[in-house]
Amino acid sequence: METVIGLTAIAAAILIAFGALGTAVGFGLLGGKFLEGVARQPELAPQLQVKMFIVAGLLDAVPMIGVGIGLFFVFANPFIGMLAK
Amino acid sequence: MAGNSTEYIKHHLTNLTYGELPAGYVRHGEHGQEVLTEATWTIAHNGDEAQAMGFKAIHLDSMGWSLGLGLLFCLIFRAVAKRATSGIPGGLQNFVEIIVEFVDTNVRDTFHGKSSLIAPLALTIFCWIFLMNFMDLIPVDFIPSAAQALGLHYMKVVPSTDPNITLGMSISVFLLVLFYSIKMKGVGGFAGELALNPFNPKNPVLKAFFIPINLILEGVTLIAKPVSLGLRLFGNMYAGELIFILIALLPFGLQWMLSVPWAIFHILVITLQAFIFMMLTIVYLSMASEHH
Repeated sequence: METVIGLTAIAAAILIAFGALGTAVGFGLLGGKFLEGVARQPELAPQLQVKMFIVAGLLDAVPMIGVGIGLFFVFANPFIGMLAK
Repeated sequence: MAGNSTEYIKHHLTNLTYGELPAGYVRHGEHGQEVLTEATWTIAHNGDEAQAMGFKAIHLDSMGWSLGLGLLFCLIFRAVAKRATSGIPGGLQNFVEIIVEFVDTNVRDTFHGKSSLIAPLALTIFCWIFLMNFMDLIPVDFIPSAAQALGLHYMKVVPSTDPNITLGMSISVFLLVLFYSIKMKGVGGFAGELALNPFNPKNPVLKAFFIPINLILEGVTLIAKPVSLGLRLFGNMYAGELIFILIALLPFGLQWMLSVPWAIFHILVITLQAFIFMMLTIVYLSMASEHH
């Protein structure tokens, strides 16, 4: 029982950590490219900003799903239910 | 409020489920156990009962709040549209016009086909999802406490934290994408697109060899669209709501220090997620409507 809980905690931590890592790097690259583009052509700033937010939303999806699954395992762990039966 | 933290969290994460409990199910209540002699349609008293209800159960709170908010959006916009003046607009009309113009600009820039359905669809998606997400900013215990006073033990007021709602919307968009694909390209064209991209050699033998590989790749892309669309909104809203619930467990002074910055950030997240859902809908429908 303790093993299952401990391993679930580690699994949730890995889920959230790798999602955060990937997204952080992705957002950094995205922001950097945006700033470069705006520095080259300042008149495109509003358009580029809109498109940046669109890509940011797409990037956000996968770690959010990971966080959702991780939190699900922490608070409503199905493995414990399986153990009881 | 329940005794310990896990109970509190679980209580706030449970939907008000209405469904059929099978005959012979044992209900554990405050008045002792009750064995059901026949299948009864009732509201679930806890998560296990909701599980036992199976597929035919319905989340009354999500359905109620989502329909109510949709109705609110339609009524307000319709009232403004009927009383619209071409002179200097008043406050509400100005606000509605800003939103409609915003959606119209985005559709005009992104959608390359001809359809009179896309802009109203985009407007509905944006406003409806924004209203549903906005419910997340209401303090966690306000409405559930009021519902408890009325006898409803569970009440989740943010419909977009229910994957049923978000996946329902994304699957509807997916069905529209399929409909437009087949309407614009024909069944043969649509199947051809799935089977002949990205590998399309000239040699007919090689072409036949690559068709299964293409189908797998294109199939994954096709299915990933509605799944990611629905789960993106669900994941963002569920995580946001969960953090609000966790902040609610802290002592009172600490609550304010944490919840104010998180709520301000959440305003951005709400609007962004509604905008992303709308933009992706427009982009997917645009890709479905283009023909070579």
